[in-house]
Amino acid sequence: MQEECIKVQNLTKSFHDRKVVDHLSFFVKKGEVFGLLGHNGAGKSTTIDMILGMKHPDTGTALIWGMDASKNRKKVFEKVGVQLQSSSYQSAIRVSEVCEEYAAFYKTAADYQELLEIFGLSSLKKSPVMKLSGGERQKLSVVLALIGNPELIFLDELTTGLDVAARREVWRTLKHLKDKGMTIFLTTHYMEEAEALCDRICLIRNGKKITEGTVEEVIHASPYDNLEDAYLWYMDEEVEE
Amino acid sequence: MKRFLKLYQIEQKLFFRNADVFIFNLCMPVVTLLMICLIAGGKPAGESGMTYLQSAFASITAVGICCSAFMSIPIVIVDYRDKKILKHLYCSPCSPARIMAVDVLCSGIMAAISAICVTITACVIFGYRMEGNVLAFIGAWFLTMIAMFSIGLLAASVCKTVKSMNMVTSLLYFPMLFFSGATIPYELFPKGMQKVAGLMPLGVGIRLMKAASMGTMLAEVDIQIIILVLITLVCSLVAVKMFRWE
Repeated sequence: MQEECIKVQNLTKSFHDRKVVDHLSFFVKKGEVFGLLGHNGAGKSTTIDMILGMKHPDTGTALIWGMDASKNRKKVFEKVGVQLQSSSYQSAIRVSEVCEEYAAFYKTAADYQELLEIFGLSSLKKSPVMKLSGGERQKLSVVLALIGNPELIFLDELTTGLDVAARREVWRTLKHLKDKGMTIFLTTHYMEEAEALCDRICLIRNGKKITEGTVEEVIHASPYDNLEDAYLWYMDEEVEE
Repeated sequence: MKRFLKLYQIEQKLFFRNADVFIFNLCMPVVTLLMICLIAGGKPAGESGMTYLQSAFASITAVGICCSAFMSIPIVIVDYRDKKILKHLYCSPCSPARIMAVDVLCSGIMAAISAICVTITACVIFGYRMEGNVLAFIGAWFLTMIAMFSIGLLAASVCKTVKSMNMVTSLLYFPMLFFSGATIPYELFPKGMQKVAGLMPLGVGIRLMKAASMGTMLAEVDIQIIILVLITLVCSLVAVKMFRWE
């Protein structure tokens, strides 16, 4: 049996009496790409925040390698890379500077020049981050998530707002990481993205788990033959014929 | 330590790249000193027993503190929180407190550079020589800086959004800049205004710095030191208590 990287058990969180995450349980195995799927406001980001120890669950536990991230911050985050939804950077900072800055957070940082090379950003080293296109900026956020040589990375809606070409390019780089054995936890609301990248997915609605399994299993258990229709069926929405 | 210095190096570079910091922290104090001294440098400033040059030197070295404390520090921290840079730091083995320490250090260095520019201008162009003890003056300057920085940190903790922070920094920065005697000479104020200036935290610091620069240890100096230390303790404690990463 493969080692479990992330183990979430009975996780619950309410804000102002509204349950955002409701008795959610799942696990992520080493080396797999795991997708947490759901509508906007389904509780995806809150779940990530709780796994990362930024928000405390009302009940339940979320452990990374058996550790509570909020209590073992230094140890956990030496090996975990994070890309946050809609994060931005200091104004006037350049690509090479933001890389050097992030590298200074870690004891053993990767060579950022090499990472920029892999992601096709080498020529932009001297450019201000503000001047990058949406796709370039998202690729940069992956570079920064990788700068600490992580074994596990979190990607929260990495490709939202990107055009098709840029999204495909980001997928290619993620597949490359997957081939190298990286464990990836991602959230998305693009079903073709989940189909293209994920080994296993978990669908949530209003913070509750609807179903979980490999992409094939999830499609098979529905009356449809593609993930998008299956997803809408699971979410109890009308599927147009 | 090496990693701290790397962060410092990058953040300081960003400070220098910011035109506002350059204009308000470096140019404005020097220009104010030039103007006051060209108009009335050698004349006695009211009944203070100082010339305008002596009075202006002590107060204008505090302008950089004012800019750093009430603009740079809260703006940078609230901006970094807004941009999720602090949250990102939380998700790294490095603590968000470290980048804040780095930025406070950068702000302090900018205030010091500002004071040094003012000192060079005063000494080289107007032949200023300090009557009091230089070390006592530097001590007074540091205490003033620490007290003002703690107020700036408190503002950064209280303000949740960039918008509210802009309002609070304007409310702190402009009154302190104009009515505490930092730019417009205290001696020109009518009596009522002088009282107001004396109540402002920066006014307290400037008074202490003036006393130190003239070697006239006022009777109230003890009180002023106590006030500044109290401001520092109370504001930093509340700032730490109220602080939010996001």
